[in-house]
Amino acid sequence: MPTFRVCRAPLELEALRAELVDPTCGAYATFEGWVRKCNDGEQVRGLTYEAFEPLAVREGERIVEEAVRDLGATHAACVHRVGDLAVGELAVWVGVSAPHRDEAFRACRYVIDEVKHRLPIWKKEHYLNGESGWVNCERCTRPAERAPTASGRRQHLHYGRR
Amino acid sequence: MITPNYCGSAQGTQDKRVGVQYYALLRQQAARRHESLLTGARTPAELYEELKRRYSFSLPREALRVAVNTEFRGWSTPLVDGDEVVFIPPVSGG
Repeated sequence: MPTFRVCRAPLELEALRAELVDPTCGAYATFEGWVRKCNDGEQVRGLTYEAFEPLAVREGERIVEEAVRDLGATHAACVHRVGDLAVGELAVWVGVSAPHRDEAFRACRYVIDEVKHRLPIWKKEHYLNGESGWVNCERCTRPAERAPTASGRRQHLHYGRR
Repeated sequence: MITPNYCGSAQGTQDKRVGVQYYALLRQQAARRHESLLTGARTPAELYEELKRRYSFSLPREALRVAVNTEFRGWSTPLVDGDEVVFIPPVSGG
């Protein structure tokens, strides 16, 4: 199965979980990112995610491979939604199976952290007051800071919070 | 001579045709997803500065990354005819 996917439709969590089952694994850790109704004091009614898909998939697969190669995961997978999402919807899912919980938790954390820093995916927030804005591009215009990634190999300038 | 589809300095023999894809805020500000253009820009850095002037992009180049032919590349990578360039605004996935 592809280890990283970009998906336009709601996710089938049981099917995703089933792909990570392995008799050598005693631990399974997941992360779900949900759309919340407020951000930075603004009331959010929904999000639109946009991806540069060919590179997002390529880089996403690299991240998942790193979790297996470097962090002891036996299997790892990640799916990121694109398109319009309402408050409460699942935006990103990470699943990791491993022999023990320590590797599973660490690898799961690694995947979501790297996904947030490295993938060419953008979030536009739509507010209850009718306005909208691309997160990290428009609303947060503090001076750029250099954000080290967990691997230290790639650095990317971000505006404001991550 | 400046044509509507022309971007860059008037060094006709060095011009190349490149594709540019726009995403997120850049797509909105350029009011297009993709274009093919003739440019005298030698690097993605020069190309971005030209397009930033053309479309009044608000993001400084220092805030972006760039991909050429679906791989992250340095800003000083030489551009060649047929390259597909994507300027990557600050990301916000997850």
